[in-house]
Amino acid sequence: MLSDKDRIFTNLYGLKDWGLEAAKMRGDWDATKAILEKGRDWIIDEIKASGLRGRGGAGFPAGLKWSFMPKEPTGKPHYLVVNADESEPGTCKDRDIMRHDPHKLVEGCLVAGFAMGADAAYIYVRGEFFNEAATLDAAVQQAYDAGLIGKNACGSGYDFDIYVHRGAGAYICGEETALLESLEGKKGQPRIKPPFPANTGLYGCPTTINNVETIAVAPTICRRGAAWFAGFGRENNTGTKVFCISGHVNNPCNVEEEMSIPLKELIDRHAGGVRGGWDNLKAIIPGGSSVPCLPKNICDDVLMDFDSLREVKSGLGTAAIIVMDQSTDIIAAIARLSKFYKHESCGQCTPCREGTGWMWRVMERLVTGDAEIGEIDMLLDVSYEIEGHTICALGDAAAWPVQGVIRHFRDEIEDRIASRRSKTAA
Amino acid sequence: MSQQPETFTFDAESTALVKKHLAKYPPERKASAVLPLLDIAQRQCGGWLPRAAMDHVAETLDMAPIRVYEVVSFYEMYHDAPRGKHELRVCTTTPCWLRGSSDIVAACEDELGCKVGQTSGDGMFSLVEFECLGACVNAPIIWIDDDYYEDVDPDNARRLIQAFRKGERPEPGTMTDRQMSAPAGGPTTLTGTGK
Repeated sequence: MLSDKDRIFTNLYGLKDWGLEAAKMRGDWDATKAILEKGRDWIIDEIKASGLRGRGGAGFPAGLKWSFMPKEPTGKPHYLVVNADESEPGTCKDRDIMRHDPHKLVEGCLVAGFAMGADAAYIYVRGEFFNEAATLDAAVQQAYDAGLIGKNACGSGYDFDIYVHRGAGAYICGEETALLESLEGKKGQPRIKPPFPANTGLYGCPTTINNVETIAVAPTICRRGAAWFAGFGRENNTGTKVFCISGHVNNPCNVEEEMSIPLKELIDRHAGGVRGGWDNLKAIIPGGSSVPCLPKNICDDVLMDFDSLREVKSGLGTAAIIVMDQSTDIIAAIARLSKFYKHESCGQCTPCREGTGWMWRVMERLVTGDAEIGEIDMLLDVSYEIEGHTICALGDAAAWPVQGVIRHFRDEIEDRIASRRSKTAA
Repeated sequence: MSQQPETFTFDAESTALVKKHLAKYPPERKASAVLPLLDIAQRQCGGWLPRAAMDHVAETLDMAPIRVYEVVSFYEMYHDAPRGKHELRVCTTTPCWLRGSSDIVAACEDELGCKVGQTSGDGMFSLVEFECLGACVNAPIIWIDDDYYEDVDPDNARRLIQAFRKGERPEPGTMTDRQMSAPAGGPTTLTGTGK
């Protein structure tokens, strides 16, 4: 188990003040200038060596991503854009970072921005987080007033601006290129890649987009060293991670733990166990709503990391764990997610625009059992036609939960159809 | 629509905010400010965006009006018709649903005497079923105006509505005695007395 001295987000629960002085007491902004003086390459190498993978869902190696930015000036501004559009059902970790530890994010913007040669950072906060954005904005202002960012940030000779931008309610804006469109003042509809943002991003300028947590851990990694961070979790799955545990547990919570912690241990230790005991568990969605659910027998010993969850055909995603006990109508739980994706599809690509609604309507019929057995495979087929055939990953995200419930709970779906038939016949 | 005002301009308070937001973006990229400016305009207009306000935002940002209209229709938080005095949104996505959001919706409908998608007869509340609000470990969530009310149950959902009716504004956050997103009963981590 991770000990408190190795936790990065020491004010996760807001027990202390979020402001600059208190943040400094917690170690933030400690000799930031010295980190910058080590140079861009040193920071990027340190992040690479730490094994930090993106915390927003895709798990792309962060240091490698930063290294894609042009090394030399291009005559255009270069941007860091922080994705704080936290909207993946089950996920609420970035919210805690912004409202309780905002200076970790602000300092992270400077360190990461410097490493990638960015002139400014935009932090795109979901519109619903009005209060969180206000706290973050105030923290940014504190950093300006103290000379930590802005002209000659931290006395480093480097100029760096940070702006907080609030969205207006659209899940799709968490997709990095939709976010850029939105930040440019348009509908949030994803762009075709390539070109990739590192070459053509915000305003057509080189841009790197990272999740809040990815950026917020960077200064601590630079201070305590790559080896310290890499010492947690398994190889290729290193570090600490904020997990969100929701649903049918005794004590839902956010908690920072070591990567690769067994799922059962994580729930038992921090969330007070599954409601009614571990044997009352039915299924868990381990990484936010987009990843396939896992039945209890897999949850018994699966580890919470990228590779372990991929091996069981799910994913770590945002590390948002949605727990469902035996009382759950799992078909209805997934149908509700299908409704979510139908609602959030931006409508740009036909497979997603039409397919998400189609899947939802079939899922609703599977909930009541008003379907033919053959429709289960038809639904599966349609989900594969959506997956991989859209500009962005929302199509995949809508398909995977449906595939997961059919993979693991086909019997239950078939039983419901049969039982409705027998009732109708009677 | 008869309620559409003829004209709209930002008042002094809004103008100061507009200026603050415009300063965040390169001058030739001021369309970036469309989301914050629409938000400012909507607040000034009492929770919705008359056509004149959208047109004024378009003019301010050198955007074609249609580009502003499509933004308004794309994002969930803008309204192109008058609303109740308070926006009352109940999150019903799976993590909230697992923790009883259907009962919260039922309690709100009963207390308000209107259905989801409607405004209460007294014009006080527009009741909305909302997609994931991103506070799932404190489910279920009710979002009123700018504030989240968390760990709600049907009883305190009713009491919230009654309080707003009386012009009160209950303290946002959890409705139980837990510390923010920490487990109920006390944190299992960060328990040290150090800094």
